[in-house]
Amino acid sequence: MKTCGATPGGPSLDGIDLTKQTVIQGVILKDGDAQSTDGVPNGTPVANGHVRLLDASGEFTAEVPTSAEGQFRFFAAPGTWTIVVQAPGARTERTIQAKQGVPDDIFISI
Amino acid sequence: MSRETSLVTADWVAENLNNPKVVIVEVDEDATLYDQGHIENSIRFHWRDDLQDGLIRDLISKEKFEALLSKSGISNDTTVILYGGNNNWFATYALWYFKVYGHADVRLLDGGRKRWELDARPFVTEVPTQKIAKYVAKERDNSIRAYRDEVIAAIGTGNIVDVRSPAEFSGELAAPAHLPQEGGQVKGHIPTAKNIPWSKAANEDGTFKSEAELKEIYVGAGVDLSKDTIAYCRIGERSAFSWFVLHELLGIENVKNYDGSWTEYGSLVGVPVAVGA
Repeated sequence: MKTCGATPGGPSLDGIDLTKQTVIQGVILKDGDAQSTDGVPNGTPVANGHVRLLDASGEFTAEVPTSAEGQFRFFAAPGTWTIVVQAPGARTERTIQAKQGVPDDIFISI
Repeated sequence: MSRETSLVTADWVAENLNNPKVVIVEVDEDATLYDQGHIENSIRFHWRDDLQDGLIRDLISKEKFEALLSKSGISNDTTVILYGGNNNWFATYALWYFKVYGHADVRLLDGGRKRWELDARPFVTEVPTQKIAKYVAKERDNSIRAYRDEVIAAIGTGNIVDVRSPAEFSGELAAPAHLPQEGGQVKGHIPTAKNIPWSKAANEDGTFKSEAELKEIYVGAGVDLSKDTIAYCRIGERSAFSWFVLHELLGIENVKNYDGSWTEYGSLVGVPVAVGA
C-alpha cells in the first residue's frame, strides 16, 4: 500500500470535534521501503497489531487493535504520551507530544 | 478459586476446540472483531445487546440469562471459556456476570484475543451451529456486586480501589483514551479510593502476572485485604478484571465489583468527589 497525501496515517477525522478532543492516530506498516524516493511512507498495513498508549509516567492508559487498514486512534489529553506497537514478532515504541485541536497523525513501520 | 480453576492457556483452548463439554464465548468491546475472525467453534455474546437490560440500567434478568445460555448450548455443567479483545476487559465482565448467576465452571483464556494473535494462532470466520441446551440460573449473588449506597458507606472505612488509568483518576480524562471523552457528569474519583490501575495486574501481552506479584500490587499500594474491598472503574468492565484478580486468582472472598462505577457515581447529586493524584 502507498499512503497518499501529505498526512499519512489514521482513520478519517470526519465527525470528530477537534476543538474538544486531543487525537493521536496513525497507521502501522510493515515491509515498506524506508528510503522511499518521494518521502511518502509505504508498506503493507499491519491488521493484527495492538497499539497501547502509556502516559508520561509509563502507566498504561489505553490499547486498541489495529484495523484491517492497520489504523488506530486515541482520544488523549494534551501532554507527553508513548505509543507501544505489538504485532507477531515485533515491538516498537514512539513518544508523542499531543495537543488539543491539532491531531497527531503518524505512521510507524515495524 | 485459583489460577487452575479460573484460567486456561491458549494451548488448553487449542486442545479443546471440539470438546463437547466446553463452550468458548468471545465478548468484545468492539463486537465486530468476532466477524473479522474468532477462535474456531467459539460463539459471541454482545456486551450490550446480550448482556444489558436495554430499558433499565441493570444486568439482564435471571430468565433472560437462562434463555441466552440455553440458546447458546450452555448447560449448568458446561465448562465456559471466555475471551476477548482489550486484554479481556469485557470477557472478564462476562465472567463476573456468570458468577453473579451462579455458573459453576467458567474460566478465562489467559491473555485473550491478543495473546492468541501475538502467537499467530488461527482465527476463522465460520459461525458454529448453535446447539440448544436447558440452563437454570441461580438467584443473583450480591456478595460480589456493590451498589452505590455501599460504596458511599465504604468511604474512609473499607477499601475502595479505582482501577482506571491515573489520568481518569485525577480528573484529567473522563474515559479511556481510545474512546470519546464522555462519562459521568463530573471528573475525578471517590474520596479515599486507591488508584491501582487494572493494567498493573497484566503483563504486556495481556496474560496475568503471578499470584505473588498480584498480591504485592494491592498490599504494596496500602490495601488491607482483611477489610471488605470494592473495585470500580468507568462502566464496570475494567473493575471486573481487578475483581477477577482479587476474588478468583487470589481467592479473597470479600471483594465486590461496583458495576455502576464512575458513570453512576460521577453523576450522583451531592456525593463527595476528589480530584488530583
